[in-house]
Amino acid sequence: MAYSDKVIDHYENPRNVGSFEKNDPQVATGLVGAPACGDVMKLQLKISDDGIIEDAKFKTYGCGSAIASSSLVTEWVKGKSLEEAAAIKNTDISAELALPPVKIHCSILAEDAIKAAIDDYKSKKA
Amino acid sequence: MNYFELFGLKPDYTVDLASVSKTYRELQMQFHPDKFATASQSDKLAAMQKASQINDAFQTLKSPLRRAEYLLSLAGVDLQHEQQTLRDPAFLMQQMEWREQLEEIAQSRDPDSEISAFAKQLACHQDTLQQQLVTTLAAQSYQDAALLVRKLKFMFKLQQELELLEESLLE
Repeated sequence: MAYSDKVIDHYENPRNVGSFEKNDPQVATGLVGAPACGDVMKLQLKISDDGIIEDAKFKTYGCGSAIASSSLVTEWVKGKSLEEAAAIKNTDISAELALPPVKIHCSILAEDAIKAAIDDYKSKKA
Repeated sequence: MNYFELFGLKPDYTVDLASVSKTYRELQMQFHPDKFATASQSDKLAAMQKASQINDAFQTLKSPLRRAEYLLSLAGVDLQHEQQTLRDPAFLMQQMEWREQLEEIAQSRDPDSEISAFAKQLACHQDTLQQQLVTTLAAQSYQDAALLVRKLKFMFKLQQELELLEESLLE
């Protein structure tokens, strides 16, 4: 199966790989996994007091499409409010990366990682 | 006829692999193309379809994961085509850590002993999950069983990665 140029670019030069201190009150951590392929994705957002995502990092163990999806998402969420980030759909990700149907679950994983991180932030704030 | 029935079994997660293999060989012989060399075209075709079904059944029945998935599909729970995400932070954190550990093993000075220790740890967790699977399937708690199968998929993936690492070290 051929990967698109955008997937290859993100796979070879992943943006924002790494971790933040997960106990930092400004840091939200989303951990998700895709049972279909065993991929695991961690997305962390650094959120300012006024609810803007200042920075994002990811660590993904999985195929090229999963890595590209999470890398892309870290670029997209920066500067967005939580509401704007929550509105990112897996179809936006799969369209941008031209993912084939068998790799759609990678983009679902990335969308769910954003949601999991936002949930984590809300539970931290609660 | 489902795969279990085809092999003369009741749908059950626990199977005797030796007897499944024996039945497989018997069925294979029974529907071998050579036996249908002089048969009509439609009988030939039917035998071929049967042989391929026997093959699929055997592949499914002998693999613990595929067997579990198949049992669940008989109960109306389709795992093979699901795109649902697992959100169990404790389990996934452990998965993350194991994958990090795998990377460290690749860089270590004495990977062989670390690999065997790691393999033991994985096997232990897999056994626990599999025992829970037996219990939940017996109790017909299919949603709980489905969750265990999802977790086992991550465990098998890790195992695959470990085997790949072992192979790469042999080169």
